[in-house]
Amino acid sequence: MTAATMAQLIDFAYIAAAVLFILALKWLSSPAAARHGVLAGEIGAALAVAATLFNPALTEYRWIVIPLIIGAAIGVPLGLVKMTAVPQRTAVSHAFGALSASVIGIAEYYVRAPHVTKFGMVEIAMEVVIGALTFTGSLIAAGKLQGILPQRPITYRGQNYVSLAVLGAAVVLAVVLTLHPEFIRLFPVMVGVALLFGVLLVTPIGGADMPTVISLLNSYAGLSAALLGFVLDSKVLVVAGALDGSSGFILSVIMCKAMNRSFRNVMFGAFGQLPAGAQAVEQERTVRSANAEDAAGILAAASKVAIIPGYGMAVAQAQHKVRDLYDVLTKRGVDVRFGIHPVAGRMPGHMNVLLAEADIPYDRLIEMDDMNSDLAQTDVALVIGANDVTNPAARTESSSPIYGMPIIDVAKAQTVMVIKRSLSPGFAGIDNPLYYMDKTLMLFGDAKAFVGDVVRELSAMQAPAAAAGGR
Amino acid sequence: MPPDFLSNLFVFILAGFVGFEVIKRVSPLLHTPLMSLTNALDAIVVVAAITIAGLQETHLAVVLGAIAVAASFSNMVGGFLITDRMLRMFKSGRAKKS
Repeated sequence: MTAATMAQLIDFAYIAAAVLFILALKWLSSPAAARHGVLAGEIGAALAVAATLFNPALTEYRWIVIPLIIGAAIGVPLGLVKMTAVPQRTAVSHAFGALSASVIGIAEYYVRAPHVTKFGMVEIAMEVVIGALTFTGSLIAAGKLQGILPQRPITYRGQNYVSLAVLGAAVVLAVVLTLHPEFIRLFPVMVGVALLFGVLLVTPIGGADMPTVISLLNSYAGLSAALLGFVLDSKVLVVAGALDGSSGFILSVIMCKAMNRSFRNVMFGAFGQLPAGAQAVEQERTVRSANAEDAAGILAAASKVAIIPGYGMAVAQAQHKVRDLYDVLTKRGVDVRFGIHPVAGRMPGHMNVLLAEADIPYDRLIEMDDMNSDLAQTDVALVIGANDVTNPAARTESSSPIYGMPIIDVAKAQTVMVIKRSLSPGFAGIDNPLYYMDKTLMLFGDAKAFVGDVVRELSAMQAPAAAAGGR
Repeated sequence: MPPDFLSNLFVFILAGFVGFEVIKRVSPLLHTPLMSLTNALDAIVVVAAITIAGLQETHLAVVLGAIAVAASFSNMVGGFLITDRMLRMFKSGRAKKS
């Protein structure tokens, strides 16, 4: 076979891969077909990789095979992490994706330099800058999610100006390099400045904003892969990058809408610091609290229960106890559903994956709008580890920092129960009037332990059906 | 403007539109698997990494290419693996009873 025929065959494999990638995402639209999507993606990727290995221009396989083995050795454990660790795993994989795209761009520059065309230089500079800032930004996000770095926003005076100046410096260096691609020494400086900007970009962003940040970094990682496709004239990279980029973009828009905030506000607003003076609210209001026995009694008497989970459920690893609660209540004939806020947790869809892991059927997981239209007919709304996403101040108090954010309006239910460690305000430091309502019962304690106690109380009660049937 | 730029731009815009239309339909239920799957697809960068590492043009290119092969292949393997694990967990209530 001639080299030209081989090159054509490789291109056909790439076209097939691109088609399979689009089908993979298409099949993800329904949970039933979704696993076919993964298979389609795997076949596409395997085809493309196998075809590339047959490229006759490749002279030496040692530095391909060894890294492939290392990559598989890193990838398998990263594919087997617990569901609670999925947000940080995702951030790490954004970092790896951006790392590989940017180092390929860097390699390509040094192979071509100093004979880089102006146009080629624009492409390489954009690709490497976006890849580099996504790499460090994702590492910082992963550190925050893993708890290595503090989750609260780290801010200082004039921060946004410093960040913008660093970004400006990266852009100026890119422009100078474009005009003079032979200034080889400027190239590593530009890469370094971009790496620094990634750190500055994510450090001031708090944990509660992570769903948006993760989505945005996803979009950047896709964009850098697509730009690499431009640099190397590789259409399969352009397609995969465009798909990844648009997916991240759509998710960021959904997350921003779910918080009623703009991109600019998320990136530069440093949400989650205590607004000065906002803590001066009177603290003399009373709350009603209850123990596990009382809570079990109320749940047993209910016919419709809505459970609203949040990040606190993930932190307490309470999802399996919640599953037990779902089982024992369902067995008693109680209708139990879960209300999922789009930004509950630390990444898009986080709560759904945790509850699915605990074997809760997905038709019980209800989106925010559907849940809200049903809450007035619900006897008990049980809030587990969620705070801001249920805060009625978002609807009523125009002075609240979360005013205008869509919430799961649990106050519409007959009774509200909130499992919480203490009355301290949530992550964003915003007071929650829900806790002081007459219909609200506070259940103080660790989410996992408390739900466990409630399940024990419920199991100890005689089931109504069993009592009637006799033994 | 080089001709391959225009054809790449053409592909980029069309793929972006297809992506937008397809991903819009993904249920919020599956947003986490969506992100891990697109991550795995994005790891197709590995084909460029393999080429750079195997062409042996400069020492630096081989080193950087090898790093890129490891990083992107770990995403490919890990991304498909975790997406499939997650999707296996999603069961409907009806399927369970039968």
